[in-house]
Order: sequence, then C-alpha cells, then structure tokens
Amino acid sequence: MAVLTGAEGIADEPGLATPPSQLSLSEFIDTNIRQTWTDNEIEPSPVADDEEWIRRVYLDMVGRIPSLEETEAFLADQNPRKRSVVIDNLLNHDDFVRNLTTIWTNNCIGRGQPRRVSRAGMEKFFREAFAKNRPWNEVVMDIITASGHFEENGAVNYILAQMQMQDESVQLTAMTTRLFLGLQVQCTQCHNHPFNKWQQSQFWEFNSFFRQVGKIDHRRLDPNTGRQVDDYSEVVWREYTGPVYYEKRSGLMQVAFPIFQGQEVDPGVGVNRREELAKLISNPADGQPPQIALAMVNRMWAHFYGYGFTRPVDDMGPHNPASHPELLNRLAFEFAKNDYNVRDLVRWIVSAEAYQLSSQFNSSNEIDNPSAGEIPMFSHMYIKSMQAEQLYDSLITASNAHQSGNADWSSQENQRRRWMQQFVVAFDNDENDEATTFNGTIPQALMMMNSELMDKACSTDRGSFLSEELASPGKETDKISRLYLAALGRKPSRNELRTTQKFIGAYGGEKLKGFQDLFWALLNSNEFILNH
Amino acid sequence: MSLTNYGMNRRHFMQHMATAAATVPAMNFLSHVQANANVLKSSQKSCILMWMGGGPPTIDIWDLKPGSKNGGEFSPIDTAASGVQISEHMPETAKVFSDLSIVRSMSTREADHGRGRYYMQTSYVPNPTVVHPSFGSVVSYEIGRNRKALEIPAFVSVSGGGGQAGFLGMTHAPFSVDSSGRIRNEPSEDSRKRLPGRLSMLQEIEAGFINSRRGELPAAHKDVYKNAVNLMTSRQMAAFDAEKADMGLGLDAESDATRDAYGRNGFGEGLLMARRLAQVGVPFIEVNMGGWDLHAGVFDTLKNQRLPQLDKGISALTADLKQRGMLDDTVLVWMGEFGRTPRINQNVGRDHWAASWSVMIGGGGLKNGQAVGATDADGVRVADGSKAYLPGDIWATVSHAMGIPVNTVHTSKRGRPMKLANGGTPIQELIG
Repeated sequence: MAVLTGAEGIADEPGLATPPSQLSLSEFIDTNIRQTWTDNEIEPSPVADDEEWIRRVYLDMVGRIPSLEETEAFLADQNPRKRSVVIDNLLNHDDFVRNLTTIWTNNCIGRGQPRRVSRAGMEKFFREAFAKNRPWNEVVMDIITASGHFEENGAVNYILAQMQMQDESVQLTAMTTRLFLGLQVQCTQCHNHPFNKWQQSQFWEFNSFFRQVGKIDHRRLDPNTGRQVDDYSEVVWREYTGPVYYEKRSGLMQVAFPIFQGQEVDPGVGVNRREELAKLISNPADGQPPQIALAMVNRMWAHFYGYGFTRPVDDMGPHNPASHPELLNRLAFEFAKNDYNVRDLVRWIVSAEAYQLSSQFNSSNEIDNPSAGEIPMFSHMYIKSMQAEQLYDSLITASNAHQSGNADWSSQENQRRRWMQQFVVAFDNDENDEATTFNGTIPQALMMMNSELMDKACSTDRGSFLSEELASPGKETDKISRLYLAALGRKPSRNELRTTQKFIGAYGGEKLKGFQDLFWALLNSNEFILNH
Repeated sequence: MSLTNYGMNRRHFMQHMATAAATVPAMNFLSHVQANANVLKSSQKSCILMWMGGGPPTIDIWDLKPGSKNGGEFSPIDTAASGVQISEHMPETAKVFSDLSIVRSMSTREADHGRGRYYMQTSYVPNPTVVHPSFGSVVSYEIGRNRKALEIPAFVSVSGGGGQAGFLGMTHAPFSVDSSGRIRNEPSEDSRKRLPGRLSMLQEIEAGFINSRRGELPAAHKDVYKNAVNLMTSRQMAAFDAEKADMGLGLDAESDATRDAYGRNGFGEGLLMARRLAQVGVPFIEVNMGGWDLHAGVFDTLKNQRLPQLDKGISALTADLKQRGMLDDTVLVWMGEFGRTPRINQNVGRDHWAASWSVMIGGGGLKNGQAVGATDADGVRVADGSKAYLPGDIWATVSHAMGIPVNTVHTSKRGRPMKLANGGTPIQELIG
C-alpha cells in the first residue's frame, strides 16, 4: 500500500538518461523491493497501525514524537488518505527544517564544539537552505565554495571544522568525499585503494581543489580584562597554482593536478578551483547518476529505514555492492532530474510501501535481520535507537515542557546544547575527534533515570504536564490512558490498564506520586526510546 | 528478595503492590550487595592502561640519545634495573624499575592522532567496514563478563578518552568517570527511595515490548537498565571515592601520605582510583593523561609539568601494588598514540612520529627490569638486528599475563573472524 503519487513522467535531460522502465517511480520502488521478498521467499509484515505509524513518521521527519494533541487528532481523523496528508503537513512543518538542520549540522561539524567554528552559523545556513527547500546540489556547491565570516556566511563552518590542524586539506578532502560523494578515499591518501578503483593520485587530484583554502582567526581586545580574546574566524582565498606534490609508498614524489571525474581544471594563476569543482560536482559519470545524488539518496534512505543500500552509507563503489542497485540508481536519477528537491525525495521515501510496514516481524521474515549482518530486505520496519536530539525533543514534547517553563527560546536552546554535550567525548589532541556515546550505555540509562531533565518531565509543579492532566476532570483510567498516549503514542492494553490501576492504587493517599512514577516508567521504557 | 535485581518476576511485582511503594525502605534493596561483597577475591587479574593522549616524546623519557643531534636537553640516569637508563626527570620511577620494562622498538606507522589512537588501542588500522574494539573492551568481553560479582562496568576510563567497543557491543564500552570519581547523574535520595516502585512498573511496560517480536534492541535496553540499577545501588562504588573505607571490599580510606605519594593531580588521583578499582575486581582501567602534543616548547613542558606528575604517579602505583601483593596480578601499560620526532623543530618542539618509539609495560608477573629492542643512535629507526613491535604484540603480552588465550578469535558483526590483538605475539623476553 503505497501512498505515493507523482514524480513520474519527467522529461529526460541530455546526459541524465533514466534507465528505461515503464513504471512510475513509486511503482518502481515498491516493485523493486517486493522482488527482494519474492526472491528470498518471505512475506512482509502487515502495514503498521495508526499509532505505530504516526509516532515513527514524526520521529523520522520532524525529530520528535507527536504531541498528545497531534496523536489524538490523527487517530480520530476518518480521512482514508490521512497518512499522505500528514506527510505533506510535516514536510512544511518548522520542525522538519529544524530536524534536517540538526542532522546536517552534526554531519558537517559533529556534535562537539570544534575550535574556531560557529555552530550557530552552520545551523543558520542549513535552516535557511532547508526552509527554502533549496536544491541540494546548490547547497553542496555553497558549502564547497564558501568563504567569509563564520556567522555572516555560515556555510564556511564546514570547512573550518575540517581545518583543525594544518594538514594540506587532507581532512577536508576525505570528509568531502565521504559526506557529499559517499566515497571513502581516506586510505588512498597513502596508497592505492585495495578494493575500489580510487588511486592514490585521485586522492591528491581531489585534494588539489582545496589547496586555495585559507583561514584567518581574528582576535580582539576585551576592554574589561585588557586581554586578547577570540573573535570571529573566516575562510579566505589563498594563492595556490600548479600541482600538489605527494609521496608514493616507494618514496617517489609525484604530482597531481586538479581533476574531478576525468575533467581537468586549469591549474594556472587566477583560477578559483573550488568554484570550478562546484560546476563539475553535479555531472553524471559514466552513465551513472551524479555521485552527489547517489550519496544523498543513500543517506536519506538510511535515515528513514535505519539502513541504507550500502553499509556504511558513505562507502559506495564497486567494492561494496548496493543491496538494491537499480532502486538506488533510479532514485538518484530522479532526484537529480527533479532539481535535487529534498522535500520530494523525502516524500518518495516515506511514501513507499516498505515505510508503511510494522516493525513487528513474522516467522517468515524474521531472517530479514540486518543487525545480524544480513542484507536489508525492508520487509518490516527496522527499530532505530533515538538520536540524542530526538530523545531530548521527545522528552520535552511528552511532558509539554516547552509550554510549562517560562524559559525563552534561546535559553531552551542552550539547555538542549548543554544536554547534548554530555554525549560528546572530545579527545585530548589537536584534531578534536569525537565519539558520540549514545547507544545504550549505563551513563545514558543514568541520565534517563536521574537527570534534572527527567525530574522536570515528571514534575507535578504548577503548570507542568502532570499537574494539568491530573487536575482535569475525568476518570482515573482515562488519565492513565492519556499518559500512555503522551509517552508511547498508544493507549494501554486492557491488561496494562488493569496492572497500572493496581500500581497507582498501591500508593494509597499519595496518588500523585503514583502517577509520577508511572510517567517515569513510561519515559524510561524501551518502547519510548526506540523508534519502531 | 532483591528489588534492584530488576529482573524481577510477576510475583515480585505483586508483592510490591501489596506494600505501599513509597514506604519500601531504602535498605531493602541494598541487601543484595552484602551477599555479593564477600564473593570478590583479591587475586584477580587487572590491567591499568596509562594513556598519554597527544603522543608522548618517548625519546625524552624512556630512550634518550645523549650525544646525538636529536638528544635534546635531558640526560639519562641509571635505574634499579641494571643496564636500563631513563630520563633524569623520572628519578622515583628509576628506583622501581626492576618491576617495569620498556619496549623501545615500537614501529607503528600511524602518525595521525585519530588513526594512531585507534591503532594502538585496537591493534587494527581503521577500516571503513568494521569498528574494532579497544583492548579494554576485549578484556571486558573476555574477563569482565565472567566476574559475576562485579557491579561496576569492566572497562573504566578515568578522565576522558575511552575508545569504543566496536563489534563486541555497547555492553563493553568504556565507562567514564572524572579523576575525582564523579559519575554523572547519580540518583538523589528521593530517586533512590522511589526506585523499587518505578522499576516494578518499568518492568511491566518493557516486558510487553520485548515480547512483541521486534528484534534484540528492546531486550538489550532492559539489560543496560539492569546494569545501571546494579551500579547505582552497589557498595563497590566506594572504589571511586578515595575517602571511603569498606573493609568488606578491602578498601581503606586513603591516607594523606598515600594521596600525596600518587600526586594531588588528575593523573595521580586517577591511578589511585585505578588501584582501588582493581581491588574490587575491575579488570581494565584506563587512566588518561593529556597534554603531550608538544609541537613547541617540549623540554620546558616536560621538565616543569608533565614528567614530575608522571614520575610520582608511576612510582607510587608500582610501589603500592607491590606492597599490597597485587603487582603480579596487575599489568601496567603506558602508551600514547605514537611517539614524537627525534628531530627537534624550530619551535623547540617535536612533531608526530610512529616509526621508532617506546611503550612501557610492567607488573603482571612479567619478566621485568628490561629494555626490549632498541633504536639507532639518533632514534630515527629501529636498530639493525632489533625486532620491531606492533601494538598487537603489546596486547598479546597483556593477554598472556591476564590469562586470555592468545589464539582467541572474535567474530565481527558481518561474520568476519577477528584475531585477538590482530594476531600479535607475546614478547618473548617479557614472558620468559
């Protein structure tokens, strides 16, 4: 049951020929995935019920669970096309922009605070890009060619974050190919790739596009202390002509000129190489879709399904065959032809039949288990762990904390950032690598159980979610149901309701505490923290 | 009945119903710890990794080159181990050197912080298709899971760093504390009191989701909570606090003299905590000391800041473990992600260098008091006739000392066999 319509019948552009197929894109997606099920003799899971689906689509699209009101409205809606209505609404929701901004800011500069990088600037750049739904290739071009003040042109922060040490733009080269082209070339810095066609020369050819990058870290006098302190940073143009030099394993020195996918750029004076690269980057290569389209499609698919067509998503190439190569190619072709429209891409992905399926598997498709190393067949939804930001925003949503507090927007953002920092372990070196340890650890459990945030979520102070709910008229069973709905997006089963009533009853005259502890348990449960 | 065991069954839940939740006295759910405390034995193997983040200049510490243009400002001194000399700024460590050894012919190739760190801690070079476990996670997997009485995670990382569990799974990820033993989000008094009631409800909700056929994640979540609850209520937490005594666990409140000996700084406090953690059975403790990325002003920084702390810490730990009879069961490893260039740069600094450098290893019942391998007169390469060692050889030596079979093979998530320590070989001179 696919929700999708449209996207078919786009006229071919020269050089961007879609592989011949009679099927519309939506039919193609579903047919291609169904073929995997047939080939492997499995039955897909049934379509997810409304409660399961609405929670998932909110988490994936807007980065948080639906509020109690949003869930109730959806469940009550009788419109048979209500799922596509929700998808359209969410595509135009502020939180959709916020969610993509969070994801891409993290991709570009990490969750930590690299030195001399403005997170606010990076976020502003992405917020504007996603709010206007700018074509993805233009966004990438802006990032690659960026120069200027790190708050006036937020795009420069990507480059600044890769310039944490003087390394002849090696980190910038490796990160750019991974993030925007879906290619891992970092090994070829030192030798030819053992598995794919990337040669050492290609690493340095790509690198030579980034050698005109310079940065200035401005300082200013703090009038209060009389000391020099950090001011803004900026990316500037730096004179660089001719080839780059690199050393072969044998010790032989080699030269590399700026060449991208066989297209050579003038290495002479006055040529802005990053500008030239930006012009080349959406070109298709060898009858394949443009690499930036493949990379974006693979990443976005992985965001919604938990697994992309390759593992990892940023290591594509003949050495690492895709699970659904025709589907990946078709999506990438259509994405490129459709002006790199990110919202349409998201609509295609979440409207596909596979996205509608329940995460509960059956005895026929339990072998479809990528976590055990199997190739994903998308015959049921895969469970995803909430990201730190999703978890934070969902806790806030469930407990209505954004409405109860008197904190303004910027202090709320600061609070969110402080919370996020707990998950960042910055290494003690001059590259400022980071590891986000947010994947089921004891520290995470302690944070969920005991943090100030959880205390607040379960607060019964005036204006809090619990105090409002409990003060409103209605039976105790209704109140219990609403707490389940707020936290888990579903009503309790008959059994759960009975058990919960007994639980609350055991608190005797201190029912308020009972409800608090119930809400604590709901928010700490596996069902809350897992996106299913 | 133990409520904190969290794997509580329906009967326990109903018992909870029978008592008013809020009145369950705190002591009830602490009772299980008393039973466990006595099970802990003192003669368990541990490894203490002293991690020198940034890459220490081993040419100025363990392998001096007097008379060479690369020699720098420091002179070597004799140690308690005959024929082994180390830096003049490590005088206390020199006195205990019969219990320590140096491997002077490390040749490790990775001279980038991230890659070098990964390589030294996992024995594998970074590879896009698999995430390898840090050796602490390997120890957690091989030894930690068999220490049923241990309620603290088996891989503790003091003051940052930590590495990753990779394909062994997050259960074996490093557990971070700061050097004063603080853990984030410890429960308040009120939370402790309400824990049994809350957990009984949580148990009900989680069970339904676990049984709903959605793969392993729901149950994995429950396991993590169970471990977190055990930790929160564990008596073993006293190991993190130098001021706490628990005679049942063999922990004293540390005297001022002891704390002074280790050094009243992050590294010294971390090492003292590591000893206490080893006492309660934690098999792998990493203590981080940063500030080694000395591209400039290397000698001043070493002489005035890094080496005095290092010297105190290492010597106090070695003497303390020995005096307590723990040294033969505790392997000490000292390393960073690489060494530093023999050549001194124009800022009187040394840059990244992986081709020829040193790692220190000691205790653990090894044949100590040696310098294994050598570099040439200028320190720029492993000397002719000297075997070059890889991180896997260090970790294989540690495995040998801890009783982990060196031929152990793990399986990555994609089913690829992964040799322990990348197939490294225990260093013959050290295992005798």
